[in-house]
Amino acid sequence: MTPGFVIRLAARETRAAWRRLLVLTASVAVGTGALVAINAFSDNLRGSVRDQARALLGADLSLSSRKPLEGHAAAVLDTLAEGGRTARTVNFAGMAYVPRTTGTRLVQVTAVEGDFPFYGEITTEPRSAWKDLHGGPRVVVEPALLTQLDARLGDTLALGEGRFVITGTVTGIPGDVGVRAAFGARVFIPAATLESTKLLGFGSRAEYAAFVQLPAGRDAQALAKQYRPRLRADRVRIRSVEEDRDNLSETLGRLTDYLGLVALIALLLGGLGVASAVTVFIRRKLGAIAALRCIGATSRQVFAAYLLQSAAMGLLGSVIGVVLGLAIQRLLPGLLQQFLPVTVTPSISWRAIVLGLGTGLWVSVVFALIPLLGVRRVSPLAAIRRDYEPARGRDPLVLPVLVLLAASVVALAALQVGSWTSALAFTGGIGGALLVLWLASWALARAVRRWTPARWPYVWRQGLANLHRPANQTVTVVLSLGFGAFLLTTLFLVQHNLLRQLTLGGGAARPNLVFFDIQPDQRGPLVELLREQGVDGSAPVPIVPMRINAVNGRPVLRVTGDSAEWATDSTPGGGRNSGWAFRREYRSTYRDSLVGSEKLVAGKWWEPRTDGPGAISVEVGLASELDVTIGDTITWDVQGVLLPTVVRSIREVDWARFDTNFFVVFEPGLLEQAPQSFVILGRVDDPAARGRLQRTVVERFGNVTTVDLATLQGAVENLVDQVTLAIRFMAAFSLLTGALVLVGAVATSRFQRIREGALLRTLGATRRQVLRVVLAEYLALGGLAAIVGVGLAILAAWAIATWVFEGPFAVPVPAVTLLAFLVTAGTALLGALNSRDVLRLPPLQVLREE
Amino acid sequence: MLRAEGLTQSYLSGGRELTVLNDISFALEQGGFLSIVGPSGSGKTTLLGLLAGLDRARAGRVVLDDVDLSALSEDERARLRAERVGFVFQAFQLIPTLTARENVQVPLELTGSDGGARADELLARVGLGKRGHHYPAQLSGGEQQRVALARAFANKPRILFADEPTGNLDSATGETIVQLMLELNRDFGTTIVLVTHDLALAARARRTIRLADGRIVSDTAA
Repeated sequence: MTPGFVIRLAARETRAAWRRLLVLTASVAVGTGALVAINAFSDNLRGSVRDQARALLGADLSLSSRKPLEGHAAAVLDTLAEGGRTARTVNFAGMAYVPRTTGTRLVQVTAVEGDFPFYGEITTEPRSAWKDLHGGPRVVVEPALLTQLDARLGDTLALGEGRFVITGTVTGIPGDVGVRAAFGARVFIPAATLESTKLLGFGSRAEYAAFVQLPAGRDAQALAKQYRPRLRADRVRIRSVEEDRDNLSETLGRLTDYLGLVALIALLLGGLGVASAVTVFIRRKLGAIAALRCIGATSRQVFAAYLLQSAAMGLLGSVIGVVLGLAIQRLLPGLLQQFLPVTVTPSISWRAIVLGLGTGLWVSVVFALIPLLGVRRVSPLAAIRRDYEPARGRDPLVLPVLVLLAASVVALAALQVGSWTSALAFTGGIGGALLVLWLASWALARAVRRWTPARWPYVWRQGLANLHRPANQTVTVVLSLGFGAFLLTTLFLVQHNLLRQLTLGGGAARPNLVFFDIQPDQRGPLVELLREQGVDGSAPVPIVPMRINAVNGRPVLRVTGDSAEWATDSTPGGGRNSGWAFRREYRSTYRDSLVGSEKLVAGKWWEPRTDGPGAISVEVGLASELDVTIGDTITWDVQGVLLPTVVRSIREVDWARFDTNFFVVFEPGLLEQAPQSFVILGRVDDPAARGRLQRTVVERFGNVTTVDLATLQGAVENLVDQVTLAIRFMAAFSLLTGALVLVGAVATSRFQRIREGALLRTLGATRRQVLRVVLAEYLALGGLAAIVGVGLAILAAWAIATWVFEGPFAVPVPAVTLLAFLVTAGTALLGALNSRDVLRLPPLQVLREE
Repeated sequence: MLRAEGLTQSYLSGGRELTVLNDISFALEQGGFLSIVGPSGSGKTTLLGLLAGLDRARAGRVVLDDVDLSALSEDERARLRAERVGFVFQAFQLIPTLTARENVQVPLELTGSDGGARADELLARVGLGKRGHHYPAQLSGGEQQRVALARAFANKPRILFADEPTGNLDSATGETIVQLMLELNRDFGTTIVLVTHDLALAARARRTIRLADGRIVSDTAA
């Protein structure tokens, strides 16, 4: 080969035809942009977590528990704190009430003792408010709460029986995730005043935490390891900065890995754009290639020149993509802000840039290879015989190139998520979806050829006939658009079903208010109050907190045995594994009948009470986690009293239905004397009346927490919206690339189309008729892409809803229909826009080109 | 039937104005058979395009069947073609995705009629009665041109424009096409304008206009 000739040829071809390859460049640019943005953001995020890790925890070590840190935990704390400092906090939910405005709101209270945080800073407005918090019954609150309660600085805020002066607003809490605020604004009070609120009555859920600043030179992680086993037995969690950082990096890494895959899909769709752009380009070049061959260029030289050209245009696309990506990178922190416990400052990530350039270039080369293979088989004869038939038969290189393509996809995915298994699953999933789309487009072309009714108007028949014409674009368009539609619809459906599952209080009789933490002596007066107010409230449901002591006689510590399994304890939020089912605190009830959301699936409901262990009914999922069945025994630790029970029945519980649902229900007669609190459900339709009732309750029963489900539901919807916004943002790149691929695909047959349009117009067709032919074709293409894409999405979303979220599934028909319609209409519009030359050029000009 | 008055056509080529046709005037009576001959680049095809209303002239006008084409919009001219004009091309120009019968139906369907029976009749007329369900690719060149001819006559045109109709065919096949055109000219009284550089073919017409460098150099009746 003569590299000089090849390079010159490639350069000359590019100089003359770069416009025609713009689709290639644009396809690569969009996908690369998405990839660079997400990878750079991911790097920034890792850096921020590393830099801000200590501020996130606020200390070197922290201990936390559902119970006050006493006994052994307190001893450990004393040991750790030698030579260092400690601070404590108590977190719990409560009702905030401003007497001046009569506003009430569910809040998350943190009672602070000591100089917390040791690292990082809780910033307030005015600045001195945090420092001066301990100077009396003062409270600093999140700014949103002031709006919600119509309050201002200096107002009195009631929490339970305590009265506080609002002295400032919190503007920054290190490590606090924005979405937390959705479930109640945060308020901070001095720990010394906690007692005065009388909010931590029996049954209230609180988290007690202690923070330690170690003296210099002590290894926090080693200490955490050393004390963890013993603390765990006491159900006390210990965390160190390093572990927190690693866990956080891992969690956030999964998020960015996932978004990265969505970006990779956009780039792979861009690969389709490359393939179709090169196909069109080469088809136009056949004459020139044949002429080159006539005058002595070898097929290798010609092939190399065009490959070089594709690579150059791909590289240009990658460079544009990098610039684009660096711009998008700056948008991502804003999009994800609510989920990020750290402040992410965008900065240049060379790793992301190099990776983006390499990936973009590689995708443009690999996807260009398939259409370029044909260049090798152009015969010099084609230059002298116009109707020369190209070589037939299989090109032996097609299969190896396809294998290279598949291997590239796996490798790129592995590079993105760092796991070969995930990469293979990803490739397999994409391959499966593409296969279905391919089969569908093939079937469509077949069906149209066979079954287009001869009675249909000519323009429709002609448009549909274009779907199976030689060198048709049916497959390319259906693949690219269908895939984009598939991705977006899947996201939409999953989101819809998640939200639907969370849609509470829909039915007329459904409760929309919940009163928690009702103490036994408040039960009667509260029921009386609700009756006075005309509220239809449920009977008070008792709640008894307890833990499992033993299953079938084996103490739980031995059941879960080795400490390796318990190590999951340090994962934020805790993994829901079997260890969790044994360790968790259960809030159980007792009653004599089933409620509407329950169904018995095994065993019998209560038989007359006898001596021996009491009877319980266990929820089906929990029964399998604990591996218990009818007749097995579970010994409960109810506030220090051991209570042996036997499993008499297994229930299925519809958790989605709002009711007082429990994992474990005891038969009456066992728990009546145990320490307990009560819950009452009620319904008040009018939002204003609901607000008034909450105020009345908080005034008379300061410790009773009221949850307004309408507010809660709004918060949940907001949360899901936030999650899906980021994903949809990335998925939009796929759709954008899909549109580019469509533009490229339309171009594949543009010349043939223009010629036919001119011919039809010569024969007397009006522009409107020609336009209708084009529309018929693109409506069919878009319709098929939409139907198959949406169909696949319904399957995928159903699978996700059933197996990942384990919830019910429904298709919102009007919305999905609208989506399919939009994809179809968009395709037709783009097709028509791209075919406007057919209408614009005078017919003679086209026919003269013969 | 057809009248050209001072037709002049020019294109911009490389920044310079290139005159392709220069002041062409002639008239052709109903049922006439005119051939236009001349060397490559003499403006034959351009003239045909102007006469058929496929393009607009820079100067001058065409009156086709008493209608002044220069006064019509592109779509109005298309309407006129659909109703009164037929075409035959050197490269056949059949629509590859439609069968022979459907190709013949196209001009009729464009004007809103079905035309199935008419298509069958015309295909039988050109000797392809049994090949109507075949696609163009399944037909030989001569057969394709016969389908094109059937298509050209589908709407009973008042005038037929033929651009090198035998150019892509061997002489025997070409002769059948010419015979068919003559028969149709005779039977339907269709005016025919034929562009060719085949002098033997041109001699079959009743009148021949010879072009050179965009001007009429001779206009002779047979």
